[in-house]
Amino acid sequence: MNVRLLDIAHARSGDKGDTANVGLIALKPEWYAVLDKYVTKDAVAAHFDGVIDGPVDRFELPNLNALNFLLHGALDGGGTLSLKTDAQGKVFSTALLRMIIEVPDGEAHAAAVPEASDKA
Amino acid sequence: MKEVVRVAGGQGFWGDSLDAPRQQVEGGPIDYLMLDYLAEVTMSILQKQKERDPSMGYARDFIGAVESVLPSVVERGVRVVANAGGVNPPACAAAIRKLATSHGVGDSIRIGVVTGDDLLGRLDELIDSGHSLANMETGEPLSAIRDRVLSANAYIGSTPIVEALTRGANIVITGRSTDTALTMAPLRYEFGWSGTDWNHLAAGIIAGHIIECGAQCSGGNCLYEWRTIPDLANVGYPIAEVRGDGTFVITKHPGTGGRVSVPSVTEQLVYEMGDPHEYITPDVIADFTTIRLEQQGPDRVRVHGIEGRAATDKLKVSIAYRAGFKAVGTLVYSWPDALEKAQHADRILRERLDRLGLHFDHVMTEFVGASATHGRLATQASTGADYPEVQLRFGVRGSDRAAVERFTREIAPLVLNGPPSVTGFAGGRPKVEEIVAYWPALVDKSVVTTHVEIA
Repeated sequence: MNVRLLDIAHARSGDKGDTANVGLIALKPEWYAVLDKYVTKDAVAAHFDGVIDGPVDRFELPNLNALNFLLHGALDGGGTLSLKTDAQGKVFSTALLRMIIEVPDGEAHAAAVPEASDKA
Repeated sequence: MKEVVRVAGGQGFWGDSLDAPRQQVEGGPIDYLMLDYLAEVTMSILQKQKERDPSMGYARDFIGAVESVLPSVVERGVRVVANAGGVNPPACAAAIRKLATSHGVGDSIRIGVVTGDDLLGRLDELIDSGHSLANMETGEPLSAIRDRVLSANAYIGSTPIVEALTRGANIVITGRSTDTALTMAPLRYEFGWSGTDWNHLAAGIIAGHIIECGAQCSGGNCLYEWRTIPDLANVGYPIAEVRGDGTFVITKHPGTGGRVSVPSVTEQLVYEMGDPHEYITPDVIADFTTIRLEQQGPDRVRVHGIEGRAATDKLKVSIAYRAGFKAVGTLVYSWPDALEKAQHADRILRERLDRLGLHFDHVMTEFVGASATHGRLATQASTGADYPEVQLRFGVRGSDRAAVERFTREIAPLVLNGPPSVTGFAGGRPKVEEIVAYWPALVDKSVVTTHVEIA
């Protein structure tokens, strides 16, 4: 079953030099396990392929039901060098929430995660 | 000893709400008003101001903020801690002294001035004695850009602020102290936490991290159930109610808008986060994976369980340097085929810049309304979208000012000699901006000595 991150998580992002960070937070505590298992470093790197220039790091914060991603080379040099509208990486958060993950039906039903609508 | 110390965040950056400081002191009981003015690039702006006028170089908003809270400082004993001093804390203190005198309360104000963070005049000495001040991201030594440096400041910790409070200051002004130290120092002072009390220090740092961006933890910029967050027009700024055991509650004054909830606080906790196991400050390394949050009541989130460990022997240094020039121009293309027209204009513009023989380090195109913030992730999701309008946003960056100037003359002609249905150029030619870039480095703690003066 396809699940869109927007339906199971919220997020905030910020910058540190040319790196954007995205903190991804489960909307319900029981959905953290789904994020932890399926929103892998490689999956996020694939999601942002062509959007960022560098690698992705991932950190877990089970205490906050959250994952933290560092997206390197995301900000066109970052700070004042960047020509981008989003020079400070403020909306990489919602860019990550566009991501669709595939969760096996049994697990999805057990965790009661909503299925992505076609409009996603 | 107080059972609970209330630290109120009244300013998240230089440019934040002018009314927030006064609302924080008048809306209910608080002990400290914490005002954070300094972002990475702010120091270089202030340095340029100081070069033009030696009595400048601090965050001038702070003077109005203090004026708006002066009665509470004098009559209720609220103390103010701010990094408003920028690159000139003594000048900032002099302006506050003048303000207090003109309000007839000069005798009631003791200003603590923290200096020692400014390394600009010491850079050559530091480089000569083997401190490379290499860029933390690229590894390049500072010598590569030494002649273009505008400002250099070490991020300093809580100790000098604690000293200023101990010596009776009721307004403490620092330069480039860390944002979080402004909150943690009053807690160290009130509760007598030692400089090696790692868990308590980490708790103070995390309280500081939560409230340092103003209302961004109390309902502002909060994605979680954003439609339901009440009365953002009257948003309440955050207050940390801290106990001597390092546990604290994040709340806001009654009758204000916004919301303090586990989701709103969590969003702020992850803001600008690196490795959550080690949030490195001059005072302590805080471990964000130990934080526990509980909703204790409406607009009250209890924070506990925080652990920290010994700080490193380095300080981070914020260096600003001249890094060339940039300009960004925009034009708006309307339906029908708005995106296609904007894309066509982009191709024409690039070809004209080539024909002019202009070279830039970087040329960037965005299509605002279609893909500016999410790139191909957005265009893939919106294929075939019938955009009512798309803004072409075109920027260049380079070391040759003349080339960037020449580029700014190429936007307006497109209105008459490019693709049709174009508008939105009333702002005139784009402005050329000098880029002041940020160079993060590390230096041994032993070479930075802070000073506290009571003025």
